[in-house]
Amino acid sequence: MVEGKAYRGRLLLAHAALAGFIALVMVPLFMVVSISFRKGNFATGGILPTPETFSLEHWRMVLGLPVLQADGTWEAPSVSVLRWFWNSVKISAASAFLILALSSTCAYAFARMRFRGREKILGGLLILQMFPMVLALIALYSILEAVGRWIPALGLDTHPGLILAYLGGIATHIWMIKGYFDSLPVSLEESASIDGATPWQTFWLIMLPTSLPIFAIVFILAFIGLIGEYPLASVVLQRTDQWTLAVGANSFLYEQNYLWGDFAATAVLSGVPITILFLACQRLLISGLTSGGVKE
Amino acid sequence: MICRLLNRILWMLVLGGAAFLAARMALAGAPVLGAALLLGALFAAWVYTSARAHAPRYLLPGLATFLVFVLLPLVYTVYIAFTNFSGEHLLSQERVRDWFAQDCYSPDPERLPFRLHPAAEPGQYQVVVPLEQGEIGRNLLISRPFTTNEAAAGKPVTLALNIVAPKARPLGIREIIGARPWLNKARFATPGSAVPLRLVSLRTLGYRLPLWNEDGDRLVNAVTGQALVPDPRLGNYVDEKTREPVGPGWRVWIGTENFRLIFRDPAIRAPFLKIFGWNIGFALLSVALTFALGTVLACLLQWKALRGRAIYRTLLILPYAIPAFIPILVFRGLFNEGYGEINHVLAALFGIAPKWFTDPALARTMILVVNTWLGYPYMMIIASGMLQAVPDELYEATAIDGAGPWINFAKITLPQIFPPLFPLLIASFAFNFNNFSLIYLLTGGKPDIVGSATVAGTTDLLVSYTFRMAFKDSTARFGFASAVATLLFIVVAILAWQQLRFSRPAPAAKGGTRG
Repeated sequence: MVEGKAYRGRLLLAHAALAGFIALVMVPLFMVVSISFRKGNFATGGILPTPETFSLEHWRMVLGLPVLQADGTWEAPSVSVLRWFWNSVKISAASAFLILALSSTCAYAFARMRFRGREKILGGLLILQMFPMVLALIALYSILEAVGRWIPALGLDTHPGLILAYLGGIATHIWMIKGYFDSLPVSLEESASIDGATPWQTFWLIMLPTSLPIFAIVFILAFIGLIGEYPLASVVLQRTDQWTLAVGANSFLYEQNYLWGDFAATAVLSGVPITILFLACQRLLISGLTSGGVKE
Repeated sequence: MICRLLNRILWMLVLGGAAFLAARMALAGAPVLGAALLLGALFAAWVYTSARAHAPRYLLPGLATFLVFVLLPLVYTVYIAFTNFSGEHLLSQERVRDWFAQDCYSPDPERLPFRLHPAAEPGQYQVVVPLEQGEIGRNLLISRPFTTNEAAAGKPVTLALNIVAPKARPLGIREIIGARPWLNKARFATPGSAVPLRLVSLRTLGYRLPLWNEDGDRLVNAVTGQALVPDPRLGNYVDEKTREPVGPGWRVWIGTENFRLIFRDPAIRAPFLKIFGWNIGFALLSVALTFALGTVLACLLQWKALRGRAIYRTLLILPYAIPAFIPILVFRGLFNEGYGEINHVLAALFGIAPKWFTDPALARTMILVVNTWLGYPYMMIIASGMLQAVPDELYEATAIDGAGPWINFAKITLPQIFPPLFPLLIASFAFNFNNFSLIYLLTGGKPDIVGSATVAGTTDLLVSYTFRMAFKDSTARFGFASAVATLLFIVVAILAWQQLRFSRPAPAAKGGTRG
């Protein structure tokens, strides 16, 4: 390549553009971190915390430590954000694991077995999944209410009930895993079945170990998709100590009770671990995202 | 062999449990539900014990959950769309009749204080009503001892003038509260009146008669003589003469009425069309903006001479890595008109304070800015993937002709990556078309449209519009909301079908595991 002056100028311009753009994108993130260390809930004393307005009160509140109340007493907050965080992690991890179990078995049947209506069911699943669940909330609410009448542990206002409702979202994952199974050679399974292995043994001993990468992708995608789910969780979970993070965080920003600082600390505390998880799996996820579109 | 035996035993146990639950359901008045459960359990048992059903074994768990939590809600929603289900039509017809049956009037406003004594026989009670006036020595109305079951049956217990009160101490207020379930149903006949006495407060009895008397299907008002008849088409009791609906309604099938309402009632049609237009514009602009920004960034990152690409890339992906609800709420706070940091800065620099949440155009601009912030990394990621598949020879060929980067981008890059990206763009359009969380958490659909018959906001998408109509409006118009939902589903299903035709499906866009 020829490296002229114009070329180097363009390179510099690209660096400047990227750095400028990233700075712009980062502004809200810096803001929320600084707000979480700022005294009070309003920007009265300037936007960034100064030595006078620096305060750990929001972080104390979020971590469940005693906070100075308006009447001068120290008291621990009634609801703990850590509790919501744990609820979210628990619900999302359990749902993601069950979604993985349900969709991988289905995908195996779709990829390796011949039965009537296979293509139709596969296409139907995907189209039906497009129905936004927000719109079926009335129906989902009634179904969980009915389930809870007979099996109270799976009803409204319970975590297993919410997990159960989340399990419907398997269609895209079935497609993804099936696509991966399709790309695996059948020869290994054929030789296994010649050796007398049952379909379950081939699935368990051959397909599963070779498909761990796609399983990791599906698990993490399902986990990240569910940890931020708001509408269904807000309707199903009613008691504050049962809430997930998304429902709890929204409650800090009611017009009548605007707790901007507490919200900022909550956002940082919960956003950081999930973001780190995502970035750690970045390469894996990106390969999953891009391959889904092109792989035949 | 042992395995198979254990499997059989396990399924016997499961079937036993299912049969037990089904029997309880049937006894509690839900025989259809019980039968469905039993049939489902039988089917599962057959699948997992039969030697022939191979594919169903793998399909059943996933498809069954899908059936119950995706297909059933969908069918139910479509069904509701053809009914008048709403806050005013919530009950069944029997419950509405009960509601009328509880309505009472008092022909005589007098209230009589009473005491409840345990009778000599355990489990029996006596009611004592002290009279203010009367012959000396005969100043009590006393019932004979009665059981709680007798009282709850509602047959009047006669009170007679007497002088000797029962010996046991009367029940305290707390015990009366405990006795209310049967005491409410008890009636007492007094010597001088044809109207029975009943409980009107915790300490007094009063003369009360049911206001509505049943006359076949009709309900006749005992005071005014007004007659109500059930209107099965309306799902309401209506006045026999004026046909005006009275009281709460029940749920009935009303055909395509809800759909016709959308297109006929101007107070609904105008806001509906406005929201529909904004919805399409929002989805198109979101895809266009994120695609443009994402592709440009992807091309820049593709430039091998650029140092530090890995760091740039990680930082650029950051908005996608954070769960969307967090940045959406952060933006809501930052844009806050009164005490948001953005207006703080704008006021200090330019002396302006834009009304991000009350001016429709500004609110829409803010939404697009936030959604572009959220969505460009996804486009960047998938565009990067496509760029790697563009053969380098193409660029080498144009380099000989002295083509600049813009010509390269327009003539090679874009035509190369656009076709394979197209299905993903459709998926992104479908996702944004129903991007509930963004709108609901950022603006809540506000500012509201003036002169609309239902709640409707200028930034509402059809999803948030239906959600608010069903859950955040006092009238709770479930039927109408479901009709809009059904129309929406048709739109999205067509998009999905088109996408399926173009290629294999892409994984859902961010947060899209539930669509």
